[in-house]
Order: sequence, then C-alpha cells, then structure tokens
Amino acid sequence: MSSELVKKYFRYNRLPHIWCPGCGHGIILRSVVEAIDELGYSKDEICIVSGIGCSSRAPGYLDFNTLHTTHGRALAFATGIKMANPNLKVIVITGDGDCAAIGGNHLIHAARRNIDITTIVFNNNIYGMTGGQYSPTTPQGEKGTTAPYGNIDKNFNLCELAKAAGATYVGRSTAYHAKLITKLVKDAIQNKGFSFVEAVSVCPTYYGRKNKKGNAVNMMKFLKDNAVNVKAAKLLDEEQLKGKFLIGELYKSIEPEYTDEYNKIINSFQKER
Amino acid sequence: MEKKVKLMQGNEACVEGAIAAGMRFFAGYPITPSTEIAEFSAQKLPRVGGKFIQMEDEIASMAAIIGASLTGMKSMTATSGPGFSLKQENIGYASIAEVPCVIVNVQRGGPSTGLPTSPAQGDVMQAKWGTHGDHPIIALTPSSVRETFDLTVKAFNLSEKYRVPVVLLLDEVIAHMREKIEIPSKEEIEVINRKKPEGDIEDYKPYEAKDEDLVPAMASYGEGYRFHVTGLIHDETGFPSNSPLIAEKLIRRLIDKIEVNKEDIILFEEYNLEDAEIAIVAYGSTARSAKSAIDMARDMGIKVGLFRPVTIWPVADKVIDELSKKVKTIIVVEMNLGQYVYEIERIASKNCNIISYGRVNGELITPDEILDKIKEV
Ligand SMILES: Cc1ncc(C[n+]2csc(CCOP(=O)(O)OP(=O)(O)O)c2C)c(N)n1
Ligand code: SF4
Repeated sequence: MSSELVKKYFRYNRLPHIWCPGCGHGIILRSVVEAIDELGYSKDEICIVSGIGCSSRAPGYLDFNTLHTTHGRALAFATGIKMANPNLKVIVITGDGDCAAIGGNHLIHAARRNIDITTIVFNNNIYGMTGGQYSPTTPQGEKGTTAPYGNIDKNFNLCELAKAAGATYVGRSTAYHAKLITKLVKDAIQNKGFSFVEAVSVCPTYYGRKNKKGNAVNMMKFLKDNAVNVKAAKLLDEEQLKGKFLIGELYKSIEPEYTDEYNKIINSFQKER
Repeated sequence: MEKKVKLMQGNEACVEGAIAAGMRFFAGYPITPSTEIAEFSAQKLPRVGGKFIQMEDEIASMAAIIGASLTGMKSMTATSGPGFSLKQENIGYASIAEVPCVIVNVQRGGPSTGLPTSPAQGDVMQAKWGTHGDHPIIALTPSSVRETFDLTVKAFNLSEKYRVPVVLLLDEVIAHMREKIEIPSKEEIEVINRKKPEGDIEDYKPYEAKDEDLVPAMASYGEGYRFHVTGLIHDETGFPSNSPLIAEKLIRRLIDKIEVNKEDIILFEEYNLEDAEIAIVAYGSTARSAKSAIDMARDMGIKVGLFRPVTIWPVADKVIDELSKKVKTIIVVEMNLGQYVYEIERIASKNCNIISYGRVNGELITPDEILDKIKEV
C-alpha cells in the first residue's frame, strides 16, 4: 500500500526526504496522502501550501499544485488561493512554530472567517529546522536551545485555540495513531469550512535529546501511553485523565463558509444585470 | 464601451485603471492615505465578478495576492509607508517566485507612523531595495489623476509581461486630488496577459525561460500543469537547489529580464529641455510644482526644463546621461532629504553640477521655492 501511494502521489525524483531518522513527520505525511487517496480527488483539484520549517518541506515531495511560502504565512497565501479559486481543495501543512508563533494571527483569522481550508499542524513541540529552540507548544519547564534553564512560557493548546477562533472542525491525533490521522484529515477535508487537525509528531533530534525523552521508539511509546481517545475519555475520571491528552474529533459545527458567502454577493450583482 | 468623463480622486482612478487592466482580486488592510483604494475595490470588484478581502494585516494581504495570482487572477494590494514595510518579505517572495502582482504605495511622511495625512516621497529607495537580496522590481510614479489610471493599467501589463511585482508609487497629493478625467474606452486600453505554457504537462518546467525576454511561461494552479513554487533558490523545475551555479544563474536571470527589456519598461516625460541649461528632475506631485516654476523661470528668460521619471525603477540611465551632457546643472527636487538624487549623481556627476533640494515637513514643495532655487543657480 505504502509504495503504491508513493508511486501515485509523491514526486519520486524528490526523494529521499530530508527528515531525520525517527522523525514523525514522514508518518504523518503518509497518513495525509492516504486520506486524499481515499477521498478520490484528482491531483489537479488539490493545492497544498506550507510555510517554512521541517514540516513545511512536505509539499515539495507531493505531486499536486504545491506552494512553499514564507515563514508563518501559509494560511494567508492559502486564503488568496481559495478566494480566487474556490474549486481547489486547499490543504495547509504547517509546524507549531509556523502556525502558532509567527503565523498565529493568520491562524485565528482564517478560523474566524471559516474559510474552507484544511490545516494540518505537524506539532513536534519545538523548532526543528532552526535547531531546537522552544516553540509556543513546548511544555512549561522543558528545555530548548533558547530555554537552557527551562521554558517559562505557558504553552498553547492549539486545538482549543482553533476552536475558540471559529474553526468548524477540530481534531487531534499523533504519529503513533496514524490511522486516526487519516480519518480526521478525511473528515476535515470534507468539512465545508475551516478545519484544523493537530498531528502530534516526534522530533528525536532536538526535542527528544534536549529533554531526555529517549529515542524515537520511546517517544512514540509516550504518545501511545498518554493519548486518550475522546470517546474512551468519557468513561474516565479526572484522576485517570491527569497528564493525558485527548485525541479524536474534538469539535464540529456547521457555519456559513467564507467563499460561499462572498459568491452570494457576486451573484446578487449578476441578477441585477 | 463609451468614454466616461468623471471627477475623480487619484485613489479612485487607480481602482478604475486596475479593473480596466483586468484586476479581479484585491487584498488589503486600511491605512491612510491609501484607504480609498481598498474601499473602492470592495465596492467595485464583486460587480465585475471579482473578489475583495480585508486581511488581518499587510503581510497577509501581500501573501493573499500572491496566492490569488498563482490561480491566474490579476491581483493588487494597496498601502502606505508602515504597511509597505510589512509587505517587504513577501514582495521578495513574488520577485523570486516570479508571481505577477501590483503593490500600490501611497506615500506618507515617515519614518514609522510619521505624518499619516501628509504627502511625502520618502519610499523611493524602499520601493527598490526594501526586500532583502538582489531582486528585480519595477516602480511607476504618476503626476496626475488621469496618469494614475493609465499607469495602473501599465503596472498590471508590465507585471504580467515580466512576471515581476510592480510598485505604483503615489504620493498623498495625487491620491487625494480630484481632477476631471476622461476614462478611455475599452478598445483604447491595451491589456497584456501572462504568457501561458503550451505542450505536454509532463514536460512543463515552470522556470524555464525559453524566450528572448527571459520570462518563463506561467501556468495556473488547477489547470493541469502541476508545479511547485518556493521562495528558495530553485532550478528550472521549480525545486530548491543549493548549487552555487543555479543560484547565480537564477538571480542573474531575474535581474536581466528587467535589464534586457528596459526600453519597453522605461517611461519619462521631458518638458522644455531642448535648449535648457538647467534641468529639474522631479516626479509625482513635485513635478507639477516644478512645471509651474519652469514656466515662471522661462518668462524671466531662464533656460530651464523638466525631466520627469515616470518609470522610477529601473532608472532611465542612458537618457539621463545624455541630458547631463547638455545641461550645466541638474536640480533634483523631491519630498525627501535626497533619495533619487543618488541615482542622478551616479549617472551624471561626471558631466554636470548636481543640486539636491528636498523637504520632509509634510508640506508640498511650491513653485516659488523651486523658482528661488533656479534663480540661485
Ligand atoms: C521571517 C522568518 N523568521 C525566522 C525564520 C527561521 N525559521 C525557519 S523554520 C523556523 C521554525 C520552524 O519551526 P516549526 O514551525 O515548529 O516547524 P518544524 O521545523 O519544527 O517542523 C524558523 C524560526 C524564517 N525562515 N523566517
Ligand atoms: S529536526 Fe526534528 S522535526 Fe526536523 S526532521 Fe529532524 S527530527 Fe524531524
């Protein structure tokens, strides 16, 4: 299956990828591609946009209409694409630093507009590409090259942020729970509105090493042991959920979609003529 | 379409020109004195099937017009000083990724928040060098409301033809001034569209410049030519490369595509220069004052004329060189403390005397002031 996906959707001559051994980004990308495949869209209907970072190198490997933009700005470029051509299924692949630090403002406003873009954050809790500085999702107390004495910044819960800003689909999964990523991304793409999927990744090279999380296998095991599916969580009490995080579909609602609303304005003038 | 005669503001003429040139997407963030361009665009675009979006800031607006342009839409944004500063990183992106787009900068007093409602011409150098690295740019400066219309059309045409971001540098006077203008009919307006690729999808190289003009053909997202766009140094296939050879080749081509097409790009106006001993170099609203000053000086028998760069970047260096061999003195008058004068000095200081006259108090330079300067010489 995997090699078929590679043949069908990857730019074969762009491989091998540049991600480190043990990096979670490759697993997540595979799940994303699987979701696109299962939905059966043609390659020309899909446009994949990213900012800058390890995760944001993903579009280069994929045989769609692809755009690698400036750091943090993927959603702003994507908004222009989607507005100009609403027929394109626009998917943004971004990192925690890319979308929540430098691009935080674009994230909340894209969510607020409920524009039909699917955003997938490869969250490795660190800045990978620039060498391990702390990010808006690095847990308090943990280390990064720019937090040598422990990070005192409070970390963002990206899903809560997206939901509060107006996203109409929010889900979370992890590199360990790859099948779930595929399901969430499928639902996200089908949601008519702004969709946000957090895919918790692992960066053994920087986050793992700096914070003594062990090798990639140990880091994956951590994801396995600490992620609780929302459905299962309903049966657990506060004590049992302490220190755990939720995965699965976290939020869904139906709201007017931005490009549809604008088209109504355009159509009102066509009738007038 | 019939000709329309209308009383119009520079900012409105800009939007009329843009729509006439085919602009169908505008993204912006309000800032004085450019705001009316966003307002008129919001009003007019949906009526012609186009789209307007007010983004969360200027960075996002610049990003959005690049995204829209990649789908084939002619796109524009408008701003003033502080917003222009914010756009710079993505202007560089448009340069290296060769995405056509138009950026209007209605200049106001700076630096920083400066003088929000006062005219200035302080962004001349920023228009050229604002983004990092060596990069191509074209900038145009109108001196009247009608010319704002014409140059906005021109800005789109140049942008599409050369796949380069084009800056339209207005000043507050031109932007807010109302003049009666005749809008040309559709047939009179030349509209240029980007070169489209032909041939096999499999063979398409998005950055292969096959023609003499050094401009590659450009597909749109969703058309079947699937391609990759990046702000990194890339080869002809569009994919990143670290090769020094490829880096040099790409940047040189980007610069050269403007260089080899200069004749087509550069516009200027000459006024009373035939027998002139003194030349004034001025652009935008300042050039209007200069013209009045020249008329007054001529009445006194002083042989003075005007050279007005319409294309302010790239510089009309050959013409200026010739001019400087004919006159004794060039006075560069601008609403800044001397920016374009550096270009004139670079080209002409070996041939004639150069004087810089500028001001930065947010007030127009009057004909009388210029006349005094002429008399001094
Ligand atoms: C304007 C700007 N500022 C800073 C950078 C440097 N930079 C590149 S990637 C990056 C962080 C990436 O982190 P993240 O988004 O979490 O992605 P990851 O590499 O961890 O996948 C930074 C700060 C840049 N390219 N541009
Ligand atoms: S630095 Fe970290 S995130 Fe980047 S490729 Fe390596 S493991 Fe992955």
